[in-house]
Amino acid sequence: MTPDSALDAEEAHELLRTMWRIRLFEERVGQLKRNLQVHGLIHLSIGGEGVAAAVCGQLRDDDAVYSGHRAHGHAIAKGAPINGVMAELMGRDSGLCHGVGGSMHLVDTDHGFMGATGVVGGNLPLALGTALTQHLKGTDQVTVAFFGDGAVQAGHFSESINLAALWELPLIFVCENNGMAEFTSREEHSTIERVSDVVAPYGFERTTVNGSDVPAVYDAFSRFLTEARKGKGPYLLECVTYRRRGHYEGDPEKYRDPVAEQEWAERDPLARMTERAIKQGWIDEATVNAIEREAAAEIEAAVAGARESPFPDPEIARSLVYA
Amino acid sequence: MPETTFVEAIAKTLATAMRADDRVIVLGEDVAEGGPYLATAGLADEFGRERVRNTPISEGAVCGVAIGAAQSGLRPVVEIMFIDFITLALDQLVNQAAKAHFMSGGQLSVPLVLRTQGGAGQRNGAQHSQSLEAWLTHVPGLKVVMPSCAADAAGLLQSAIDDPNPVVFVECKALYFRRETVPEPPEPVPIGRAKTLRPGKNLTIVALSRMVGDALEAADRLASKHGIEAEVIDPRTLVPLDLDTLAQSVKRTGRAIVAHEAVNAGGFGAELAAQLQAAAFDYLEAPIQRVGAPYTPVPVSPPLEDAYRPGAQEIEAAARVALDWGEYDAEPWEHGAIAAPQTTP
Repeated sequence: MTPDSALDAEEAHELLRTMWRIRLFEERVGQLKRNLQVHGLIHLSIGGEGVAAAVCGQLRDDDAVYSGHRAHGHAIAKGAPINGVMAELMGRDSGLCHGVGGSMHLVDTDHGFMGATGVVGGNLPLALGTALTQHLKGTDQVTVAFFGDGAVQAGHFSESINLAALWELPLIFVCENNGMAEFTSREEHSTIERVSDVVAPYGFERTTVNGSDVPAVYDAFSRFLTEARKGKGPYLLECVTYRRRGHYEGDPEKYRDPVAEQEWAERDPLARMTERAIKQGWIDEATVNAIEREAAAEIEAAVAGARESPFPDPEIARSLVYA
Repeated sequence: MPETTFVEAIAKTLATAMRADDRVIVLGEDVAEGGPYLATAGLADEFGRERVRNTPISEGAVCGVAIGAAQSGLRPVVEIMFIDFITLALDQLVNQAAKAHFMSGGQLSVPLVLRTQGGAGQRNGAQHSQSLEAWLTHVPGLKVVMPSCAADAAGLLQSAIDDPNPVVFVECKALYFRRETVPEPPEPVPIGRAKTLRPGKNLTIVALSRMVGDALEAADRLASKHGIEAEVIDPRTLVPLDLDTLAQSVKRTGRAIVAHEAVNAGGFGAELAAQLQAAAFDYLEAPIQRVGAPYTPVPVSPPLEDAYRPGAQEIEAAARVALDWGEYDAEPWEHGAIAAPQTTP
């Protein structure tokens, strides 16, 4: 715990609200996947809600975020409307991308959610391009690139880290190190345990925090964000997180032991943040319960709304090939 | 009209575009130094090294940077020095640039130009001489442009920079340093419009890039030796393709040759032939003939590379087959008019 966190009651309230919205959204999507009402490969971020909330909660709509295949939480935290995200996963016309993008390709430019990509590491160069635009225009906007520890072994990662450092771009790399690259543990993919160590020779500031300790994530990101707003960068924030679910929904997870409930209770960022916030006097239990109820109602309304939305007109596919 | 070269026309067009629009930036390996062929010469002096950015040898990331910048409001022109190196950038080009507009339901657009150059003839070997444009035409969302002269290069490059979509601009190193005339200012050339360079009634030759010159040479020989009038058409843009112009010509002449420097197997000539036969089947007097490179990598040894590269002679031979179709009682290659078709392993 970080006893001197810069968080205040209002921010803690907002973080909990975002985390509950993501948690219940993901659980609902897991159910819908089993009923085949959401489509394709679905990667849930249960266990990582704190990172999404603490990072995106400090950004403005005109800051850019790029995510990867596990993107629902990042999109929601950045401001994408839950009904648009849900309808997108359900392949409906009212989805953020009219249902043609899907779970791995969410985009909401109104809220600076510039995209998610299904090719691991492929979002990193794109984030550099947006940061280069911000740099050349001399704005105080920043770009955040979310990626997992699995992306670190991809060629795009090394190329992007080198280029971002060389060009000193206002970019914050946020690595969610859950220790698993798809089905395989980090030890089987790399001899370097900490991603912050991988980038050490490039000389930019970097740190590793416990991703289940939301105030710690918030404070570390806040420090980098203040500097990046001045046009400085890049920075790397590594958050050690826990992937509660399999790589994708339906993953039989034969490669790991079932999660001990005790271990999960210790690492669950939502439970920890709730406990912390109540102890600090930032919030009371009744308010937390109200946040949970409101989030659940919002998600049910999103599901109902998506079911009422038609599937997109088949002609839309042809019309979207070229701008 | 002032004389210039293909590369000078490129550099000049880039400078004009950068003067007119400060969203236009140029990036790639050695571009601030002008690059090995001087296609970006002088740009860094005029516009500085922030807008004319040298990059590390990181084709994948550099292509991705250009895509990210394009979807954030800039108009980047990224150079991949040899088309052979596009292999390293294909993830970004194919999975990101080509699909961003589509996957985002129209929220994003990628006004990107990727300049690159291909082709053999300079003894550069199998990794610096390929013609890989067909790969790019297979990906919905990309536009593919392949000019055959300096004037078209200038006009098409400006159109590519103005286009809201990712445009792959495939130049040919063998065309870079010929003296050519280019109007000043260059005439705009819209993307997606073919150009008929020589009218003719007996045969249509559709040729790409360097092979356009060879097609004109073959047409001259056919006219002087045999009184055959071949129509020569340069599509200039592979995607989108101006099929109407090509098909109308083939309907008039009844015979068609498609010619490019790329390996025949899976080459864009196959697509041209398929589309033309579908559009003009009832008018065809002979099967559409394809001229392209044999199914081998590009060799270095001069006599081998010279033999590898298709040219006017191969086009003329293919024309003879198309013109004489039906007059043989044996297969045409048995008469030595054309090499026997190779089977693709």
